[in-house]
Amino acid sequence: MARIAGIDIPKNKRGEIGLTYIFGIGRSTAQYILDKAGIVYDKKVNEWNDDEQTAIRNIITNEFKVEGQLRSEVQMSIKRLLDIACYRGLRHRKGLPLRGQRTRTNSRTRKGKRKTVAGKKKAPKK
Amino acid sequence: MARSIKKGPYVDANLEGKVLGINEGKSKKSVIKTWSRRSTITPDFVGHTFAVHNGNKFIPVYVTEFMVGHKLGEFSPTRNFKGHSGTKK
Repeated sequence: MARIAGIDIPKNKRGEIGLTYIFGIGRSTAQYILDKAGIVYDKKVNEWNDDEQTAIRNIITNEFKVEGQLRSEVQMSIKRLLDIACYRGLRHRKGLPLRGQRTRTNSRTRKGKRKTVAGKKKAPKK
Repeated sequence: MARSIKKGPYVDANLEGKVLGINEGKSKKSVIKTWSRRSTITPDFVGHTFAVHNGNKFIPVYVTEFMVGHKLGEFSPTRNFKGHSGTKK
């Protein structure tokens, strides 16, 4: 079992996939890390020896912002948008999409579950 | 797609002239009225108040240093949705 970047314990997965369980590391960064540490992508997480684990840890702490730090950075940039009251900030406040997508339909990810409006008439059938 | 860096940020020449005029003390207007929503806010703009047109009226925008790099129009909403008719709050 490997503990890397604080709380993450991915195991029994290929190294390339296991690393992506860390917030802030996707497939390409995982591959970059393993390349740099000289580990084959297919090696399972629980097959890493201590040297390899420390190598990975060092690369992550030195080169990447992950987990809590990254989350707070994201929150900070959202807060900045909210504070200056620009268009994107206002959209964040209203919980609507920021990048000009349509909101007549879809954008359920931002808007959440459908809230049906009572008394709204359905289009008559012809 | 983002604007090419080679060109530098776009600022309406007229508007930039007015801002620089105030900074150099040539003119002493406090509020700059502008229709140029597409102009990028440069560091020169910080501390000024702009009256940015939203298609209907001029919205006062006080520029702080965090706004640098955004466009003036981002701070002057063109649609003010107040809710549907009949929805009680």
